[in-house]
Amino acid sequence: MTDAQAAQSTVSADGRTIGEVVMEMKNITLRFGGVVAIKDISFDIREGEIRAIIGPNGAGKSSMLNVISGFYHPQEGEVFYKGQKRPSMRPFEVARQGIARTFQNIALFEGMTVLDNVMTGRLNHMHTNMVQQALWWGKAQKEETENREVAEKIIDFLEIQAIRKTPVARLPYGLKKRVELARALVAEPSILLLDEPMAGMNVEEKEDMSRFILDVNDEFGTTIALIEHDMGVVMDLSDRVVVMDYGRKIGDGTPDEVRSNQEVIDAYLGVAHD
Amino acid sequence: MAPTSHDVGVFASIPALLDRNAQRFASKSAYREKEFGIWQSWSWVETKEEIEALALGLISLGVTPGDFIAIIGSNRPHLYWVFPAAQMIGAIPVPIYQDSAAEEMAYVLDHCGARFVVAEDQEQVDKVIEVQDRLSQFEHMIYLDPRGLRKYDHAKLHEYSHVQAMGRAAIDELMPELKARKAKLTQDDVCVMLYTSGTTGKPKGVVLSNRNIIETSKNSSEFDDLGPGDEVLAYLPMAWVGDFIFSIGQAFWSGFCVNCPESPETMVTDLREIGPTYYFAPPRVFESQLTQVMIRMEDAGRIKKWLFDTFMAHARKVGSKILDGETVNGWDRFKYALGNLFVFAPLKNSLGLSRVRVGYTAGEAIGPEIFDFYRALGINLKQLYGQTEASVFITQQPDGQVRSDTVGVASPGVELKIAEDGEVFYRSPGVFEYYYKNPESTASTKDAEGWVATGDAGFIESDTGHLRIIDRAKDVGKMEDGRMFAPKYVENKLKFYPNILEAVLFGSGRSECTAFINIDLNAVGSWAERNNIAYSSYQELAGHPKVLESIRAHVEEVNESVARDDMLSGCQIHRFVVLHKQLDPDDGEITRTGKVRRRIVDEKFADIIAALYDSSDEISTRTEVTYEDGRKGYISATLKIVTAKTVTTAAPKAVAAE
Repeated sequence: MTDAQAAQSTVSADGRTIGEVVMEMKNITLRFGGVVAIKDISFDIREGEIRAIIGPNGAGKSSMLNVISGFYHPQEGEVFYKGQKRPSMRPFEVARQGIARTFQNIALFEGMTVLDNVMTGRLNHMHTNMVQQALWWGKAQKEETENREVAEKIIDFLEIQAIRKTPVARLPYGLKKRVELARALVAEPSILLLDEPMAGMNVEEKEDMSRFILDVNDEFGTTIALIEHDMGVVMDLSDRVVVMDYGRKIGDGTPDEVRSNQEVIDAYLGVAHD
Repeated sequence: MAPTSHDVGVFASIPALLDRNAQRFASKSAYREKEFGIWQSWSWVETKEEIEALALGLISLGVTPGDFIAIIGSNRPHLYWVFPAAQMIGAIPVPIYQDSAAEEMAYVLDHCGARFVVAEDQEQVDKVIEVQDRLSQFEHMIYLDPRGLRKYDHAKLHEYSHVQAMGRAAIDELMPELKARKAKLTQDDVCVMLYTSGTTGKPKGVVLSNRNIIETSKNSSEFDDLGPGDEVLAYLPMAWVGDFIFSIGQAFWSGFCVNCPESPETMVTDLREIGPTYYFAPPRVFESQLTQVMIRMEDAGRIKKWLFDTFMAHARKVGSKILDGETVNGWDRFKYALGNLFVFAPLKNSLGLSRVRVGYTAGEAIGPEIFDFYRALGINLKQLYGQTEASVFITQQPDGQVRSDTVGVASPGVELKIAEDGEVFYRSPGVFEYYYKNPESTASTKDAEGWVATGDAGFIESDTGHLRIIDRAKDVGKMEDGRMFAPKYVENKLKFYPNILEAVLFGSGRSECTAFINIDLNAVGSWAERNNIAYSSYQELAGHPKVLESIRAHVEEVNESVARDDMLSGCQIHRFVVLHKQLDPDDGEITRTGKVRRRIVDEKFADIIAALYDSSDEISTRTEVTYEDGRKGYISATLKIVTAKTVTTAAPKAVAAE
């Protein structure tokens, strides 16, 4: 894709607006000691799109997501966010820039209720200090009400009202995943990173989650980057797909382009029949 | 403040009552809905403003008197407001079951020729769009929840709030028109059209007039002394006549507040928060609530379990008597009060039934055990018997005359008569006008003098005047040897066991009775968990030998009890199967209100029924199932045919000696 193309916004077939490039990875290489996890990968994420990263186990997908979220710092290469080169940042600084994520292995506070977990996602929108919050007076009270309102809207959006006051530990896996998504969403991110959002789900839960991901993208215009194993899901959901294998990028394009890419077929999808 | 009988002649329609309420009850809450975790409420004045804005918007969309406006969605104030809004501009509201598949919806929408549809959300909008090509008269659709609908073609699609805004903008211009149309409404005009789900054939459109609804609402409100201070939770399908009478008819007549839950899943929490004073639930809801309580008590500590068992035993002894105002000695009263402190009050509170002053159950027979449980707790639960064609009320139980085996005495204004073949007939101010576009059915149901056939067989107890229903008149049959076959009677006995969700009895024209049984996944699942029985699916659990064994024990107990009834002793179950799937309205096996469609079950499971009568041990079968989105699939299973012990009644003396 040329820069001229990338600069102009397009409207996809279903009426969504895909905007300019918001994040660009340039020649990223990430090593752990002698192991090369990511080797010279470049790709970009455009505003409002659903971008998938796929690949076999150990291909470096999660590492890639961790580079985006600022958890790993690549030895070589640069990350551009909204046109600016991003300096080496710590994860909370990245979060403040409007990038939220969910985790492959659910990382919720098990003993807390769903509502409390979701409210933690508002941390970056709170400006009062601990003493003010403990006294719950004036500004702190107003702030909590505002944050609760955002949280309730997301709870409504993801249809988890019935478990609002349930401790997370008592929830089934599929719902925990949804709560995690809720916590990421209340941060009102401009980019949402989803690490295997459907792993371990049954067909019905997958359908629900797919619907929610599409709705989030559609309703809030959130840019979504996701890693997923389920090929059906990836091909249905995403606008563009990056394929990784052994830390290298072996394909990049629309689901159809990727599906017909011979190298991708060999590496990951298996040999196509007829 | 309370409405008086005098209002009947003065207020000829629901919109007229709305005007009265906005004046009389003004700032009192009329509707509440929980949204974003908070109860939002609308006073009668605000409700009137919202409804009129919608009505004006509908006029500017081109609604003319006589148009049908379909309403599809769950219980939400905005959808309830469509009823009076439609009525005040001369249109006829037609609520449709929101869980209907697109096909069923197409039939109803086409049959009434709805020009306008008000749908709750994307799910309902999609269903209507799917079938709209077949609907020649369909023009505009209004949706309430805009989520996911932004990209849809809005040529025929309008957002609810936009229609209201349109109405508010045109208030000066259209208000005279609205007033003129409202002034024209009379008692004889159509108030609402409701489709009966029907256990046979296609749904029929029951046309109810303003007189039907207002007279019935007045009579029934006075019967139970309902007033503006009452609270109801609206959670039953809006397309069901009961919900229309409770949440619109009686609510507008008495001026009480209708509360809408946040979502169907939060019903239990919302019930607890609102604490309704007037409550209706089908037996199924009471059953599953009781099952939940029992399951949790099984897991409770020893002291709590002891407290519960001891005081519940006492409550069963004296609870209903205290409720009915009978004489109970001081010690028993003291013990009951103690039980109330430790067990009943907290339990009622956690069930959300603390404030219930009048509770009703209807639709199906309720198990005496279940009924007595709630009565013993001090909840004034009563039974009523009704139909869409009667604007609900035919008979109901007055306070102090409550029993589990009757459906009460004739409601105010209702006359009853029993035909020679045992079928129950009634005549009342609530009797429907006609079936829409179906004069044959109207003629066969309602005679020239206004008597309506209920289709149920029953008798009136000579000493108490209470009506007892035996079964659907057409389901009552004869067995091969001429003995009476009344399936519902036996099925109800079976369904009173928490483990059994549904049962279907066969035996008409045959020598022996057999049955299908559906297990209750909640109750049996919890039992399996406690007994370390692993299962991966409903089907596997339903076929587990231990489950079959426990169901057989239930069947044998029922056989013993059936054998004691001289008339029906032939209905003992000789063999049964536990079905591999739950009977489901999506597959047409039961109606949306949960009644078995016998003809469809007979056809669909013909192979299994045959196996019940040809002395096979098991039967392999393949059944078509319909998923919620309308797709079809198959499930295969091998079902074991279980033989149950029956009691020989040919020698009744031997039984007595046992």
